[in-house]
Amino acid sequence: MDKAFLIDTTLCTACRGCQVACKQWHDLPAEITKNRGTYENPADLSFNTYKLVRMRETVVDNRLYWLFFPEQCRHCISPPCQDTAGEPGAIYTDPATGAVLYSAETRFLKADDIIASCPYHIPRKSEDGTLAKCDMCNDRVHNGLLPACVQSCPTGAMTFGDRDKVRKLADQRIAEVRKKFPKAVLVDPDDVRVIYLTPFDPKLSFEHAVADSGPIDLTRHLALRKMTRPFTSVIEGILNS
Amino acid sequence: MKVDRRDFLKISGAMVAGMAVGTLGFDLKPVQSHAQMLKTRYAKETTTICCYCGVGCGALVHTSKKGDGRIINIEGDPDHVINRGALCSKGAGLKGLAENTNRLLTPMYRAPFSDKWEEVSWDWAIDRIAQRVKKTRDATFIKTNATGQLVNRTEAIASVGSAAFDNEECWIYQALMRALGLVYIEHQARLCHSSTVPALAETYGRGAMTNHFIDMKNSDCILVMGSNAAETHPISFKWVTEAQRNGATLVSVDPRFTRTSSKADIYAPVRSGSDIAFLGGMIHYILQNSLFQTEYVLHYTNAAFILNPEYKFEKGLFAGFDPKTRSYDKSKWAFQLDADGKPKRDMSLKDPLCVFNQLKKHYSRYDLKTVSSVTGTSEADLLAVYKAFAATGKPDKAGTILYAMGWTQHTVGVQIIRTMAIIQLLLGNVGIAGGGVNALRGESNVQGSTDHGLLFHIWPGYVGVPTAKFQKLEDVLKRRPQSKDPLSLNWWQNEPKYIVSYLKAMFGETATAENEFGYPWMPKLDDGKSYSWLDLFDQMYQRTIKGLFAWGMNPACSGANANKVRKALCNLDWMVNVNLFDNETGSFWKGPGMKPTNIGTEVFMLPACVSVEKEGSITNSGRWMQWRYAGPKPLGNSRPDGDIILELGLKLKEIYQKDGGVFLDPIVNLKWDYRTGHQFDSHKVAKIINGTFTRDIKIGDTEYKAGKQVPTFALLQADGSTACGCWIYSGSYTDAGNMSARRKTDDAANQIGLYPEFAWAWPVNRRILYNRASVDLKGQPSCAKRWVIKWENGKWVGDVPDGPAPPLADADGKPNPNGKHPFIMTLHGFGQLFGPGLNDGPFPEHYEAMECPIEKNPLSDQLHSPTMPIYSTDADRFAATCDPKYPYVCSTYRVSEHWQTGLMTRPQPWLLELQPQVFVEMSEELAALKHIQNGERVIVSTARGSMEATAIVTKRFKPMKIAGTLVYPIGLPYNFGWRWPASGTEESANVLTPFAGDSNTRIPETKTFMANVSKK
Repeated sequence: MDKAFLIDTTLCTACRGCQVACKQWHDLPAEITKNRGTYENPADLSFNTYKLVRMRETVVDNRLYWLFFPEQCRHCISPPCQDTAGEPGAIYTDPATGAVLYSAETRFLKADDIIASCPYHIPRKSEDGTLAKCDMCNDRVHNGLLPACVQSCPTGAMTFGDRDKVRKLADQRIAEVRKKFPKAVLVDPDDVRVIYLTPFDPKLSFEHAVADSGPIDLTRHLALRKMTRPFTSVIEGILNS
Repeated sequence: MKVDRRDFLKISGAMVAGMAVGTLGFDLKPVQSHAQMLKTRYAKETTTICCYCGVGCGALVHTSKKGDGRIINIEGDPDHVINRGALCSKGAGLKGLAENTNRLLTPMYRAPFSDKWEEVSWDWAIDRIAQRVKKTRDATFIKTNATGQLVNRTEAIASVGSAAFDNEECWIYQALMRALGLVYIEHQARLCHSSTVPALAETYGRGAMTNHFIDMKNSDCILVMGSNAAETHPISFKWVTEAQRNGATLVSVDPRFTRTSSKADIYAPVRSGSDIAFLGGMIHYILQNSLFQTEYVLHYTNAAFILNPEYKFEKGLFAGFDPKTRSYDKSKWAFQLDADGKPKRDMSLKDPLCVFNQLKKHYSRYDLKTVSSVTGTSEADLLAVYKAFAATGKPDKAGTILYAMGWTQHTVGVQIIRTMAIIQLLLGNVGIAGGGVNALRGESNVQGSTDHGLLFHIWPGYVGVPTAKFQKLEDVLKRRPQSKDPLSLNWWQNEPKYIVSYLKAMFGETATAENEFGYPWMPKLDDGKSYSWLDLFDQMYQRTIKGLFAWGMNPACSGANANKVRKALCNLDWMVNVNLFDNETGSFWKGPGMKPTNIGTEVFMLPACVSVEKEGSITNSGRWMQWRYAGPKPLGNSRPDGDIILELGLKLKEIYQKDGGVFLDPIVNLKWDYRTGHQFDSHKVAKIINGTFTRDIKIGDTEYKAGKQVPTFALLQADGSTACGCWIYSGSYTDAGNMSARRKTDDAANQIGLYPEFAWAWPVNRRILYNRASVDLKGQPSCAKRWVIKWENGKWVGDVPDGPAPPLADADGKPNPNGKHPFIMTLHGFGQLFGPGLNDGPFPEHYEAMECPIEKNPLSDQLHSPTMPIYSTDADRFAATCDPKYPYVCSTYRVSEHWQTGLMTRPQPWLLELQPQVFVEMSEELAALKHIQNGERVIVSTARGSMEATAIVTKRFKPMKIAGTLVYPIGLPYNFGWRWPASGTEESANVLTPFAGDSNTRIPETKTFMANVSKK
């Protein structure tokens, strides 16, 4: 069954258990960091950091908020990175869980194209060009365990389960949260398998919380590949509009 | 061709939707490889309890059965009822503590004046340490004190440690230290919650957290003040969040907007050091608006007691003050007694001398305007907090408080906690589900190490260490006052049973009635003298202490005025430092400003193993004793603390027996048979802590055989027929088995999250203390929907009742002569609004910190606590009041990602990645004033020292208006030290903090002091 996360950022305390649980399960090395005038660290996702709690101080209606956003791959329903790669040995979706997975063969891809294709600015490359990001703890999920980050979460900010149920839960939860935060939103809930709930405009929580609407270069090569797929007319229709 | 990413996503979505099933268009083979096996599949799985804060989260440890036999994975235990699989950053990274290349793996030795460590063998180290201990002890042993009383002690050896021990290790460690005659026995508990114990004991009878973590979900209003629970006890927020989702209000009162504040419904800033004013204002608000619970206050507190006419409070001083001794004659604070010797009560509360009216009078000065000018909190914010919390003063509402070091570490620490304890009595919040006073303990076993008496003033089970005036055993057995009220259980009248049983546990068969069960062998304190943490290091600084055990501690970073502590370490002949990692204490001789060739201290640094490598129990903040199992074997040459303590004891016994020495009795008679094979056996110690019958006896109609386990402390005896290491743990390891290892996840009948068969809680598995106050006089719960206990068909059901007696009245309301008042640990059986036993007053009163930003106390003529101790070596420098050199109010605190001095977390790359450097937080306003940019390195300084830190310029700190002037708060974490990270640039904030202490417990005042911050 297709899986999904609901990440209700209004419940996140930024304890960062998820951030370390991710490194622990995946045996990812630590990064050398320095204090940059914020608690948030490392400064960005990397080949060795798949999960990162973003922290933003903001004033809304004269009240101070400290917003937390545990950033990770959204496991898109239709992943642009996968489309861009066009190499099922390198980037593919596990039909059993919906996890969008990167293999060691990503090093043969044009890493920068893949990175540029991501509306959420997620994939990162190693020195040899291999790409990495959150893998939904697919090994755990196949064995009936929760992803490491979800299991570590104390407050229920993160839940994980069958996508249809999570999607319904997201609707229930947003109704509940709007009593306290009337401007709360579900971020791109029908496009992704990691649905974020933010108390205000998602961009106040994190710049890349919502799918980027900035322009990218859709290369000739990529465009060509898309044309060869079914429903090119749909694409053309949209692109020409 | 340009397209935006968002549209691209939509396009792809449209495509898939249109493609329908079966046209995924690529080979599915790679997918199959992901139905893979878990790396933990063939590993050994053991359960453990996290070794950091006091929440007591469960974790699963997966150890390889092959190869190196090391840990593959540690993750939260989904079947653990407290954390349900959740872990914070530190807990989630536990593997990084055990599997860490920075760990100490072999004993090290630093010769006097040497500039290097040498690797040595365990045998050599233990032998040489034992020789050093014997030499110092024998040369300094004091048989009799200055007044000629027998005291049998040494003041030249001191010990600090350790809340990092398992309970069983705590017990044998205190046994060894006391057998050697040490009186300077201290540890983390002095620094963290020493003020909690007398504050709560004075008010309710016991010094512990009243409720437990899961119970927070039952609350209607959770006040977090003096704590930043979301960061320091992260998993407590599992239950705080659940309460909020059930409709509870979360209130955060803190000088700084924290991760806790980020989740609060109400946030109010407060000036550090003004908590009594803030809370005194709440008492005033509750009384003024009659928001207290009348029945509860009348029947369960001492509100109706009548004070001695000599009692008064004038110009900031209570009756009986002697300025020469800076102390009070507490007889002026006594209650009036009737002809039978019972306290007189005025149930109409009309007598002006009754406690209730005196309380009203005392706090009448704490009006909103005055409180606002002292605290810097706006009147609107004060009112919002008061209103939200006082709303719980109804029988069907529950309010609780979570606090920690933000309250404890002040010269008025005890009285801050007392103020809240009084509020909880007024609102009827003590003994109920979702109520109580939750003192959040910050170390995984600091509750246990306190319970087991690793403090100078208490033996295990909170039995006060005898002072010299109790020369004979019979003297000390008679010391507890007796209540004349037949309705008062006055549980402490049982103390003689606990004292004799403890001595039997210490000395086994050699303790007999003829030799007073070895009582003369135990070291005695001088009356009125303090041997606390600050005194210990003050004496070391003055060169009277020659040898130090720093065991599972890091005083070079954790002690107030760390520079003074570090200089004191130079005065030692020898030091034994036991830890997981090299630390600032063990390597003090090569720290900043030190010249090794001038320092003669001989240092032994011994490698302890990590908690997941040994077996034993720890007790969480909610008093739950939980058993941990060994995963891998100790790494390298490291050893369990228990083995190190046992080996040292055996060696000392051996050399004293072989070579003779001063006052051999306690050493050779010390019961020390806690090995199985060649290893420390925690089960053997757990059994003696629980208590064992030493001979066949009959109690009532039941016969108990020698060697059997004592079922509960009610069966302990004062005649030597029982041996019990710590009476409050009686019932934890009975003939039915090890209760602390239980894992049943069924809830009790009341369905409030007690989980009575998961682990074991002291006392007698009671999960909510004082629960007899949760029922009315007839024994029926004040709140039916979350009842704790109730009287049904002639017996109590629900939680284990606090005292077995029937309710005070029968079903018709007729008084029951067999009933008992609910606060069974206090003399008269009542919760004490008026507490006549503390050193600094029967009611809490606001005094300014030792260093403060205002010249005059707006509440009285007395600026500082009149009774606080004063230390006056050349290292004890203080800022003058309103000293322009140190204009900012500074606090120290912790970050979520490091633990205590950071010694266990700073050597871990995953945690250092999250919080790599010490920082100082300040408001945007102050940064602008000082031209400081966010992220730049700056200098923070006080009268005692200075250090570098990274500036965090934040909206989360704001300047405050205090008594008409603008005060800028700043703060920094004390989790750092020069040894780790390897850069050596990050220091402990305790180089800044003052050597000033509370009047009752001498906990250092590290939460409020005056500092400066400037560009580098």
